[in-house]
Amino acid sequence: MEIDPLIFRFSIFILSIFVGYYVVWSVTPSLHTPLMSVTNAISSVIIVGAIIAGLSGNSDSVFNTSSLFGFIAIALAAINIFGGFLVTQRMLAMYKKKKKDKK
Amino acid sequence: MISSNLSAIFYLVSGVLFILALRGLSSPETSRQGNFFGILGMIIAITVTFLSVGNFSTGLVYVLLFILIGGSIGAFIAYKIPMTAMPELVAGFHSLVGLAAVFVAISAFLNPEAFNLGTQGNIKLGSLIEMSIGAAVGAITFSGSIIAFLKLQGIMSGSPITFKGQHPLNAIILISIVVLIYYLCSTQSSNLFWMLLAVSFLIGFLLIIPIGGADMPVVISMLNSYSGWAAAGIGFTLENTALIITGALVGSSGAILSYIMCKGMNRSFFNVILGGFGATDETSSASKKEQRPVKSGNADDAAFLMKNASSVIIVPGYGMAVAQAQHALREMVDTLKKNDIKVSYAIHPVAGRMPGHMNVLLAEANVPYDEVFELEEINNDFANADVAFVIGANDVTNPVAKTDPQSPIYGMPVLDVEKCKSVLFVKRSLSPGYAGIDNDLFYKENTLMLFADAKKMTEDITKNL
Repeated sequence: MEIDPLIFRFSIFILSIFVGYYVVWSVTPSLHTPLMSVTNAISSVIIVGAIIAGLSGNSDSVFNTSSLFGFIAIALAAINIFGGFLVTQRMLAMYKKKKKDKK
Repeated sequence: MISSNLSAIFYLVSGVLFILALRGLSSPETSRQGNFFGILGMIIAITVTFLSVGNFSTGLVYVLLFILIGGSIGAFIAYKIPMTAMPELVAGFHSLVGLAAVFVAISAFLNPEAFNLGTQGNIKLGSLIEMSIGAAVGAITFSGSIIAFLKLQGIMSGSPITFKGQHPLNAIILISIVVLIYYLCSTQSSNLFWMLLAVSFLIGFLLIIPIGGADMPVVISMLNSYSGWAAAGIGFTLENTALIITGALVGSSGAILSYIMCKGMNRSFFNVILGGFGATDETSSASKKEQRPVKSGNADDAAFLMKNASSVIIVPGYGMAVAQAQHALREMVDTLKKNDIKVSYAIHPVAGRMPGHMNVLLAEANVPYDEVFELEEINNDFANADVAFVIGANDVTNPVAKTDPQSPIYGMPVLDVEKCKSVLFVKRSLSPGYAGIDNDLFYKENTLMLFADAKKMTEDITKNL
């Protein structure tokens, strides 16, 4: 009997939770704010769903109700992707070590 | 057009890159590389989606257009936002993830053919369940984050809003969500779908209004977690590995952060979520505090004390963020260091309005991160330090948490500030902190209160050093 692909996806899901659990515990507390902003950015990978939705219209009518929701979702997710990664970058650039010459 | 097997492998690659992005945050040195991995993963995911749809019609132009619009707004915000506004920004971003999840779910519900989920009115059962869970969690994330945003921004009062029958009402709504999903899946009725969304928006709103301002670290982490679960739900619907992996990562990340924050306050998650904490009326404590004597001083006294110290520990809190005093503080510390005084910073897990809030502000002010310590690392050093400089923190220094079992914050880990030879406490007034209780530290023999705006006071001290 074949296994339902859903079970495979579910396995990936459960294993990823464990990966997430151990990876996040190893994040240093001082970087918890960048952690939040970067998780924000990566969870916007939901944009792939939005793109599929946006491209679902046919060539006669690019905009139907469904694709319209897709387009708005693309814009929302894009705000997050660019905003999330850039603000993380900006924060991480600020974390500096003590300068050696200052002792 | 590339085969779905190939695109699935690429999605897996981007999922792995996202794991590496989080892994990079284990130390500041590797973090920038981690962020780069994250960006790379995102680029791969988006490119593969374009290639797998393979529909290069006019629609594509609009997709790029909307990415451009959203992207420029996002980039603009990222460059303009002051670091003190980071909690609001993160809350705002969470709401967008939630809303995007809702919109993708709506789109899939209206046009299931595009996603290979069956036809309208006859969507595959499994997909419909996943879709409605994703949509409901997304909607809760959206409205909850909006409330968190408004509270953090100060547009809405930070104090808890409670009313009679609140918890039973929430319970009924939560149950009705489950019931709606059940009937939605058995009838495929679009009316039920819209109702589900409306109810989910409502509950997100109701869940967050009773939670007060200082509990926001928990709320933000929790919403972070929700946004992950929403993404995972949609990932199941779209059969997309990248989305499932990311959703699980973000979901567990947010959950861990909420746990750390709750532990930092010695409160259970449910206690925070049920809300209403700190709503005790302030008049009773106000009448009591008049009777106890307090030593207060000015910048001159503070400068004198610090000049004669050999080690100083700085305890920043939310008040520092409000007064934007981090740069002034760093200047003061620079002057201290020139006088060969050892300075370190002590950060309580729940200082500020989001996890790591204080660390970011200090980093912004060019404080090297190896001078900044967490509670466990530094708590024993207070006994050997000469001066503790408390700026904008309150409840996290209250010794009552160790001594008085009646106190609402009893058992909360606190910084042992009172063990220092002398304590300088910068505060605008004697008003109690968020928990609504008096801080015993104010009345200790070795405490000197500095009543002023945090930024102004630090600047004045620097002048006097």
